[in-house]
Amino acid sequence: MLTKGIVKGIISNLVIVEVDGPVSQNEIAYIKLPETKLMSEVIKVIGKNTYIQVFESTRGVKVGDPVEFMGYMLEVSLGPGILSRNYDGLQNDLDKMEGVFLKRGDYTSALDDEKLWDFKPLAKAGDTVVAADWLGEVDENGQPHKIMVPFVFEGVYTVKSVVEKGQYKINDEVAVLTNSDGDNVSVTMVQRWPVKQPIKAYRDKPRPFKLLETGVRTIDTINPIVEGGTGFIPGPFGTGKTVLQHAISKQAEADIVVIAACGERANEVVEIFTEFPELEDPHTGRKLMERTIIIANTSNMPVAAREASVYTAMTLAEYYRSMGLKVLMMADSTSRWAQALREMSNRLEELPGQDAFPMDLSAIIANFYARAGFVYLNNGQTGSVTFIGTVSPAGGNLKEPVTESTKKVARCFYALQQSRADSKRYPAINPIDSYSKYLEYPEYAEYISKRIDPDWIDLVNEVKTVLLRGQEVSEQINILGDDGVPVEYHVRFWKSEVIDFVILQQDAFDKIDMLTPIERQDYMLRKVMDICHSDFKFENFTEVDTYFKRIINNLKQMNYSEFESEKFKKYEEELVSILKERTAA
Amino acid sequence: MATKAFQKIYTKISKITKATCTLKAEGIGNEELAEIDGRLAQVVKIIGDEVTLQVFGGTEGIPTNAEVVFLGKAPTLKVSDQLAGRFFDAFGKPIDGGPEVEGEEREIGGPSVNPVRRKQPSELIATGIAGIDLNNTLVSGQKIPFFADPDQPFNQVMAMVALRAKADKIILGGMGLTNDDYLYFKNVFDNAGALDRIISFVNTTENPPVERLLVPDMALTAAEYFAVEKNESVLVLLTDMTLFADALSIVSNRMDQIPSKDSMPGSLYSDLAKIYEKAVQFPDGGSITIIAVTTLSGGDITHAIPDNTGYITEGQLFLRRDTDIGKVIVDPFRSLSRLKQLVIGEKTREDHPQVMNTAVRLFADAANAKTKLENGFDLTDYDERTLAYAKEYSNKLLAIDVNIGTDEMLDTGWDLFAKYFSKEEVGIKQVLVDKYWKN
Ligand SMILES: Nc1ncnc2c1ncn2[C@@H]1O[C@H](COP(=O)(O)OP(=O)(O)OP(=O)(O)O)[C@@H](O)[C@H]1O
Ligand SMILES: [Mg+2]
Repeated sequence: MLTKGIVKGIISNLVIVEVDGPVSQNEIAYIKLPETKLMSEVIKVIGKNTYIQVFESTRGVKVGDPVEFMGYMLEVSLGPGILSRNYDGLQNDLDKMEGVFLKRGDYTSALDDEKLWDFKPLAKAGDTVVAADWLGEVDENGQPHKIMVPFVFEGVYTVKSVVEKGQYKINDEVAVLTNSDGDNVSVTMVQRWPVKQPIKAYRDKPRPFKLLETGVRTIDTINPIVEGGTGFIPGPFGTGKTVLQHAISKQAEADIVVIAACGERANEVVEIFTEFPELEDPHTGRKLMERTIIIANTSNMPVAAREASVYTAMTLAEYYRSMGLKVLMMADSTSRWAQALREMSNRLEELPGQDAFPMDLSAIIANFYARAGFVYLNNGQTGSVTFIGTVSPAGGNLKEPVTESTKKVARCFYALQQSRADSKRYPAINPIDSYSKYLEYPEYAEYISKRIDPDWIDLVNEVKTVLLRGQEVSEQINILGDDGVPVEYHVRFWKSEVIDFVILQQDAFDKIDMLTPIERQDYMLRKVMDICHSDFKFENFTEVDTYFKRIINNLKQMNYSEFESEKFKKYEEELVSILKERTAA
Repeated sequence: MATKAFQKIYTKISKITKATCTLKAEGIGNEELAEIDGRLAQVVKIIGDEVTLQVFGGTEGIPTNAEVVFLGKAPTLKVSDQLAGRFFDAFGKPIDGGPEVEGEEREIGGPSVNPVRRKQPSELIATGIAGIDLNNTLVSGQKIPFFADPDQPFNQVMAMVALRAKADKIILGGMGLTNDDYLYFKNVFDNAGALDRIISFVNTTENPPVERLLVPDMALTAAEYFAVEKNESVLVLLTDMTLFADALSIVSNRMDQIPSKDSMPGSLYSDLAKIYEKAVQFPDGGSITIIAVTTLSGGDITHAIPDNTGYITEGQLFLRRDTDIGKVIVDPFRSLSRLKQLVIGEKTREDHPQVMNTAVRLFADAANAKTKLENGFDLTDYDERTLAYAKEYSNKLLAIDVNIGTDEMLDTGWDLFAKYFSKEEVGIKQVLVDKYWKN
């Protein structure tokens, strides 16, 4: 018997309900109104009073309205057909909703019940299996979508039967398993899982070490992120968080990309809806939309569902990881999620922490980032969820709870700097403050020395030193004047500018420059570092400016040209002769 | 208002604060309207039989035995073509002496557009002001505020923009407008012969501040009627959103909510986003564009109100006085239209992006030269030329009194480049230089 209750109080989207039976934390409940029902989640219980947060506007809700508790937590449906969908934060399929405006209480199914899938068995009768083991697979947009033993199954099962290769609908029985008591259980292609619990059906979660190519030079070369790694992008408004995330989601070498538009602009999601079905995945040539899942809970959609949206997205990412795939998840912006937590915590009259955020904000953020990772599955295969979140610090000041809590857990820090954005040095990632902890991992060093070259990490560290020294002399020049420092200082400054303009800066809107494969990054970095290692002769500082501007211009033209094309080589030859002008032969 | 049989009437208020009243009542819906002693109020909290209402007109003089009449509905506006040309208060009651509007009664603050039903904005809005059209091009369906100190002529610029934009309807949402500014708007619209295209919802400084909270939703409900039902392009002007946010903080503080930064409610971001996100391009051709004003204090954009606004809107237009030319300009460094990429060089001449970027870059060089000068360093010949260029650029293009077409703005740009610089210094793509360089 399901527990029932009646509404006792309403404070915005927090509703107090008196219940007649047991309820559990995070259980789903529906408030029944004459014309519709409103989905809610239990967030606190005190005696008979159960506090629920409503995922919709509570306009018109009255004391005395009936509430029904469902006995399960906020869940998602997992099965083939998730790719290319546009969901809201609760996994309602937005395309299935009628009308231009969202209707309160309009819940649509996440999957397609009627579609036929080409099923291929992977397990056979007699096999012993546990949760998440692969029973079969279907082709979903060119990806092998594994049909797994449902994650909720505890203990060991024996496969009694698996259906033959053929076409099936998601709710058809595809396997029968027998548990240790000898009971038979039926398995279909769909399973459900509560979003706030991590899917842990893997054997081992080692430290991640494999470079995840994003095609963005200031990330891959300077501060790399790895498969299963974590990173965050804080920055004041308008400094390029969203543009950078969109660039990464277009270019990254991932099998699946999950984008959580969490409390940001609807027009930015529309941009993805418009572009991704047209653009190609640079690695497979298929349409980008085919590997993408969008969770759109924009800023004007209900706040409680915004909080849920990042968990929904993460659960979908973990699901695909269990199939042995490389998943990249992005959330823009995690600050909006934290603000949703704050609004609710304030309504619950909890003791506030810094800036009125909940006291346990740090723990909540840490638990969330911990769900990312590189894993060895039970069958020895690998899969990963890489997570990159943006942070929108109030007033652009990084000394605030969301940034600080995130910094404790995310291993890559990509700090967007207002002054770089103002001077259009995009992407505006500050190369000196930002970091990637993975550069310090011996596992990464070993991997990258095989992938690129054993001297790679030393080279990258040297780049950082040149940048730092460039910044130091530039400060001195500002104080002492152009004439007040030796010519040599100008040379040092301009060498760091070459790195800045050619390696760090990258045009996200240029077809060629936007994506640089790692081999090309390696090639250009060596070219630039050769220049940094050269001795040049100058009479005075004005010569230095003009000369280096020519070098930069030439290298930039190379960046804009197809790698190793005629044009590319032409600029490269020109560069050689420019360099000859002032270096000792 | 005459009381009707189904309305619930109470006469025992148990708690009164500056903005709220609490009483025992039953069967009341959340966000329902009531009249307390004739003043409009809205339910904001219900605990058991205790109902708390926010009183829009303020609670001064309300007695504990005041008559409280619940109206059984959330705030509404009657929408029809009769709205055109009319002036209303924050409650949607006529203040122009005209009759009540007949039409379909709609709840204000209605649902959001399904994001998958939106269209990507793509129609350019021309204003004649080069600081906007050239450097920060507006697109219909965009939401963008003016950031300006209170002494800047933002309302004048906004009225000008509104009249020049080819919108089918202009809806003014005035919050804390001085009576003079209100009359100014009325006058300009009247003189332009545009009154039949205008609809106004006005809360002046003479009205209670909490009433302002209704203004954006009223204006946007009217806007949705014309944009959805009539497929019209609607321009909504909201001034001053800083005063709107101040009213939010008054109410939330009275309700004992824990304030976050700058004593603003923790929900400020969501509250503002709900309004600004009503800007939209509908698939059937209608659109809602929002141009707002957010006044700053001493140019500080890190204050919670402009900061949260910047995180929501699609750019901002920053007004400041340029002391070199003694005029107000649209600051090219701090202003940004994030949607300009969708139209420049495509709906405008091909050289637009390059001319825009180059002109601003040279203006930045001038700013550097100025710093050098102030620090007592010698100026090079190039520095001198950038300074002269900056003055003319400011005067001919950035100043808000400019009113020319986009092609003329681009031509002016090329004139200035040729007058002060060499082709190499300007560094524009060769094909464009060959075509447009002025000898
Ligand atoms: N890599 C880039 N190349 C060119 N322009 C860029 C780049 N990144 C950002 N921009 C410019 O900056 C504007 C703002 O960028 P973006 O929307 O990514 O900022 P944001 O940090 O996400 O801001 P918010 O916090 O308000 O969402 C863009 O519209 C674009 O004009
Ligand atoms: Mg953004």
